[in-house]
Amino acid sequence: MYQIAEKKVLNPTVTLMKVKAPLIAKKAEPGQFIILRVDENGERIPLTIADYDREAGLVTIIFQIVGATTEKLNHLNEGDFIHDFVGPLGVPSHVEGLKKVAVVGGGVGCAIAYPIAKKLHELGAEVHSIVGFRNQDLVILEDEFQAVSDRFVMMTDDGSRGEKGLVTDALKNLIDSGEQYDEVIAIGPLIMMKFVCKLTKEYGIKTVVSMNPIMIDGTGMCGGCRLTVGGETKFACVDGPDFDGHLVDFDEAMERSTMYKPFERHRHEETCNLFQKKVEG
Amino acid sequence: MPNMSLKKNEMPVQDPQVRNHNFDEVALGYTEEQALDEAARCLNCKNKPCVGKCPVAIDIPAFIAKIKEKDYEGAYQIISRSSSLPAVCGRVCPQETQCESKCVRGIKGEPVAIGRLERFVADYHNAHCKEKAVAPQPNGHKVAVVGAGPSGLTCAGDLAKMGYQVSVFEALHLAGGVLVYGIPEFRLPKAIVQKEVDTLKELGVEVDTNTVIGRTLTIDELFDDGFEAVFVGSGAGLPRFMNIPGENLKGVYSANEFLTRVNLMKAYRENGDTPVQHGKNVAVVGGGNVAMDAARCAKRLGAENVYIVYRRSEAEMPARLEEVEHAKEEGIIFRVLTNPTEILGDEHKFVNGMKCVEMELGEPDASGRRRPVVKEGSEFLLDVDCVIMSIGTSPNPLIRNTTKGLETNRHGCIVTEEETGLTSREGVYAGGDAVTGAATVILAMGAGKKAAKAIDEYIRSK
Repeated sequence: MYQIAEKKVLNPTVTLMKVKAPLIAKKAEPGQFIILRVDENGERIPLTIADYDREAGLVTIIFQIVGATTEKLNHLNEGDFIHDFVGPLGVPSHVEGLKKVAVVGGGVGCAIAYPIAKKLHELGAEVHSIVGFRNQDLVILEDEFQAVSDRFVMMTDDGSRGEKGLVTDALKNLIDSGEQYDEVIAIGPLIMMKFVCKLTKEYGIKTVVSMNPIMIDGTGMCGGCRLTVGGETKFACVDGPDFDGHLVDFDEAMERSTMYKPFERHRHEETCNLFQKKVEG
Repeated sequence: MPNMSLKKNEMPVQDPQVRNHNFDEVALGYTEEQALDEAARCLNCKNKPCVGKCPVAIDIPAFIAKIKEKDYEGAYQIISRSSSLPAVCGRVCPQETQCESKCVRGIKGEPVAIGRLERFVADYHNAHCKEKAVAPQPNGHKVAVVGAGPSGLTCAGDLAKMGYQVSVFEALHLAGGVLVYGIPEFRLPKAIVQKEVDTLKELGVEVDTNTVIGRTLTIDELFDDGFEAVFVGSGAGLPRFMNIPGENLKGVYSANEFLTRVNLMKAYRENGDTPVQHGKNVAVVGGGNVAMDAARCAKRLGAENVYIVYRRSEAEMPARLEEVEHAKEEGIIFRVLTNPTEILGDEHKFVNGMKCVEMELGEPDASGRRRPVVKEGSEFLLDVDCVIMSIGTSPNPLIRNTTKGLETNRHGCIVTEEETGLTSREGVYAGGDAVTGAATVILAMGAGKKAAKAIDEYIRSK
């Protein structure tokens, strides 16, 4: 059992938790993830490590409430326990040797992009962060990104915060204005990563994406997280989650991510109703 | 007087047309009368050929003799001297190729049903024995075991009985390895596995779940933490695929994923949080025990047609005869000498068919089995909405990639000394599927047992 040391609501659908897991905190590196189960009947879901504190033995996760499991997780509070919490899994992001990097984050993907931007900054790289959200209410980690970025661009779909438009627009502007990046690191919804990669391919800039497919064990055992990368089947859990974005078959990944959509929707509604009843009862 | 019946006592089972709709255990176990009748068939041979074929060398005639005396607890004590998991082995061991294959009674008629008697004894013990196992006097030495599957649990049990302080590190949230994620409830109830794990805990074994060796901790760190030896029983977890078009469509599973969802994550229960596709027409590709398990699970989830698609003939199938028979009784359709060439999908990328070709057997190949070759112009379409690939697994690379100086072969299996399980690293031993590639529960247990003995000798000689 793993205790929640701190809980912070970042926006109405995104929550941050710091979880007591000293062994994981000791080893975690940016780009890696954990798998958790909320309770004894729970499913196993992967969440990327958003931050870690080796001294205090804490691992930070940031999650969007999208289904039954994240709904249940969000109902836990400081002092409560998460039943299972295992990691750090996956291969850490390769950030050594990079001099100038554009870090592109979309929505809750910013939670994964941030530790990478931070690590790059610590290693002395020039970091340009471009973060995008649907609207101002959904913005997360703005101050954190500001603190580790040499340039920072905020985009919203409706223009309610920062500039109106997509992260790809901002990235294109920066590149066209003469910024030369060793690498672009893009983390967010599949559709965003797909279009960032489409753009950077035209410019011939190496682009790394972090994939977050459906997963069970996270150690290579089930193969449910398989992707096609450069025509080969790869397992996101052990070969990734970072991949060369120009080689990833995003269309297939998008299809695969919808495998259990009807089930998830149904379970989410059931869970919400259950919590509703508890409140009323 | 021995019972000279040529036939063994039949195992009572659930009716096939009832059991293919539930996940309750198929085989119900002998009654006391049946067990006594069957035990009376054992001739108590002096040279005990059966024992030589048991990977953990259970004194089979001795435990059967105790059954004859109605001393079932005594029988259990004899088995548990050699085996840490009697109730498991009585259910999943391939006795027909091991102990029972050498039974003298098998020369004329059927061998003694050793496996069924072992199960009877273990179930009797679990039902009647209220005493807890007692942890022996600690000897002050610490040993780490990686993986809580059959080899790891056996190794841990044997070492604990010698007084070692044993910690088992398991990546999943539950101990048992393939016994909990792979073998279905209807063949091996999970309560039985839990009981065996609890017995090990009573012996003082500590089980750390949610700990991935190679990630959370490395083998080198285990030595730094004061463990004097490490046993690696990390299994052969990585599923293989065929590399045919359409394998990444929605509705294509590895058998590992399908079985893990159903067994470990309890996706078959109404209130389970983990989803699994309930296919209407399901093809399971492969002919091993795992393929039979997957097919029978799919049937129980409500599939109308479940096909075993296997490229060789039934005679070459690696699955146990009993599993094949059970599957057939439950209505699984066998499409042997058939090989998939492509999986087809609809506009939403869900599986809606599988192209196959018919095969015929040619000359023997490297495995000694006749090689299947494609029959020209035999292509046909199988109407399926779910495909489960059950064509084998490879060892997990996590440990070999994070342990310096650990020698592996070209298949990724850890190289060990046959008799001891010693790897190329001092103090590191290995066994089970991580060494052999996918094999059986009992062979893994045998390897865990040998390694426990070798680890004891190693630590005492230091």
